[in-house]
Amino acid sequence: MEGNSFKVRLRKDFRRNWSLYVLVLPVLIFYAVFMYKPMYGAVIAFQDYIPARGVSGSDWIGLANFQRFFQSTYFVRLMRNTILLSLYSIIFGFPAPIILALLLNEVKNRKFKSLTQTITYLPHFISLVVACGMIKDFCLSTGIFNDIIVLFGGERSPLLQNPAYFRTIYTASSIWQEVGWGSIIYLSALSGVDSQLYEAASIDGAGKWKQLLNVTLPSILPTIIIMLILRMGSLMSLGYEKTILLYNSSTYETADIISSYVYRIGLLEQDWGYSTAIGLFNSVINCVLLVITNKISKKCTETSLW
Amino acid sequence: MKVRISTGEKVFRVCNYIILTLVALVCLYPMWYVAVASVSDSNRLMAHSGPLLKPLGFSIASYAKVFANPMIVKGYGNTLFILVVGVFLDLIMTSLGAYFLSRKGVMFKKPIMMLIMFTMFFGGGMIPFYLTLRDLHLTNSRWGLIIPFLISTYNMIILRTSFESIPVSLTEAAQIDGAGHFTVLFKIILPLSKSILAVMVLYYGVGIWNAWFWASAILRDRELYPLQVVLREILISNDTQAMGSGGGDAEAIAMSIKYATIMVATVPILFVYPFLQKYFTAGVMIGAVKE
Repeated sequence: MEGNSFKVRLRKDFRRNWSLYVLVLPVLIFYAVFMYKPMYGAVIAFQDYIPARGVSGSDWIGLANFQRFFQSTYFVRLMRNTILLSLYSIIFGFPAPIILALLLNEVKNRKFKSLTQTITYLPHFISLVVACGMIKDFCLSTGIFNDIIVLFGGERSPLLQNPAYFRTIYTASSIWQEVGWGSIIYLSALSGVDSQLYEAASIDGAGKWKQLLNVTLPSILPTIIIMLILRMGSLMSLGYEKTILLYNSSTYETADIISSYVYRIGLLEQDWGYSTAIGLFNSVINCVLLVITNKISKKCTETSLW
Repeated sequence: MKVRISTGEKVFRVCNYIILTLVALVCLYPMWYVAVASVSDSNRLMAHSGPLLKPLGFSIASYAKVFANPMIVKGYGNTLFILVVGVFLDLIMTSLGAYFLSRKGVMFKKPIMMLIMFTMFFGGGMIPFYLTLRDLHLTNSRWGLIIPFLISTYNMIILRTSFESIPVSLTEAAQIDGAGHFTVLFKIILPLSKSILAVMVLYYGVGIWNAWFWASAILRDRELYPLQVVLREILISNDTQAMGSGGGDAEAIAMSIKYATIMVATVPILFVYPFLQKYFTAGVMIGAVKE
């Protein structure tokens, strides 16, 4: 009976919507070829993959590629660098646009506000390659940062050659580029806060600080949480493009992250199976992190992605 | 209503203005520095140390070098090709997907939606993606920078949300008159969605303009390099040959050529963006609407 009614429904659906399915076909093909085929292709992580023999002809070697990665001398370094760089980005990079939005929200002068907004969005429109080109130039031993260091009595040194500075340069420049743009979403959340709440709070004698803690932050909390979940999901997948543009062999010690390592041994050294295994390991961690953050947030704040 | 302002609040306001002004200056100064350095006399720039506030002398020799560089000109051409063709195809594909996902009473909508959403959180990774492109002979071709990137799932979801807000009565009326889905999409839905489509053009356009990684990974033929890959050679790899400098004070000239290159690659965008800002911000807001 049930199978029958399913068939009936199926036939009815196709009669009614067949042209809709034709219309969406190119989209489905796109997802199959460029999203799901690579997902299937990731099985070479479990193979001693030889391109000439293809996926079906290569030997299965189980978890050997993963073992090789866990036992490699780079494993600890890559994990540490990836986690630390991500933590830096979250701890310093995540609150920055929220703070900027809160400050902008207090500005009563419209012209000043919109001018400041426009200017702080500006770096977002500089392409990553150009931004990194500028960073590289400013960090040269003859560059402007060194000029400033000398002004304060320091000594000149090529800053991007020093592993100790890499994370700072990476994080600070990301904040510079994205703080204004990132604040838009919080500004819109702030503009939706009922002004009566503020009036009520100030009648109750709440000062600016109390209003911030008791009115403003709770009102924009859902937005903050959603942004945080999304951020956590990409915790381990952060910007290999920027790393590849900024790092060099003298800063690998702190700069090399999992994805930039995958790029080097995969695309440059063509060790396909091994690099795919590392990439897969990374994606799985990302996925797990996203699910966990989402779950925690669902429990604590009733805000979640799904 | 006149509210008395306490001293604490006055102090806060003054500090707030000072902080925001500093933030704005920090955001603006690097671009100003590059602009000023690019028109400075290259030898004086070389000898100078410390912040620059105005040009040292005036010379547009480096700009002449940049525009005489065939790589830059070709790079601009390749980027424009990918931009125009890419954005056009991106819009069509994204609209098709968004239209399907915005229809009601379609049996396979939910599973398809889930298959699509899943790709936002998990993927095969860089290497299998590259191998897929290689199998399809999309490497070393400008199409390899267009076809594999036709749809951004995030953009498609935004567009779907917008399509859903169009009253069903409009499309139903047309369907009763015998219009098929193609007609409904292209004659009714899309004309009603001009502003969100503008947002899509900007999002895809900026993405294509900035893209460099896959271009550098799949293109072997230098003639095909888009602008950002050329810029990478000049700005990051310090490839003086790509700069077209050489002769005379090579180092000094190289430096001002770099600054001029940054200007040539960035000014067109910075110039149009204040006019497009409202579309960009509108896009951010729509994206923020929760599913």
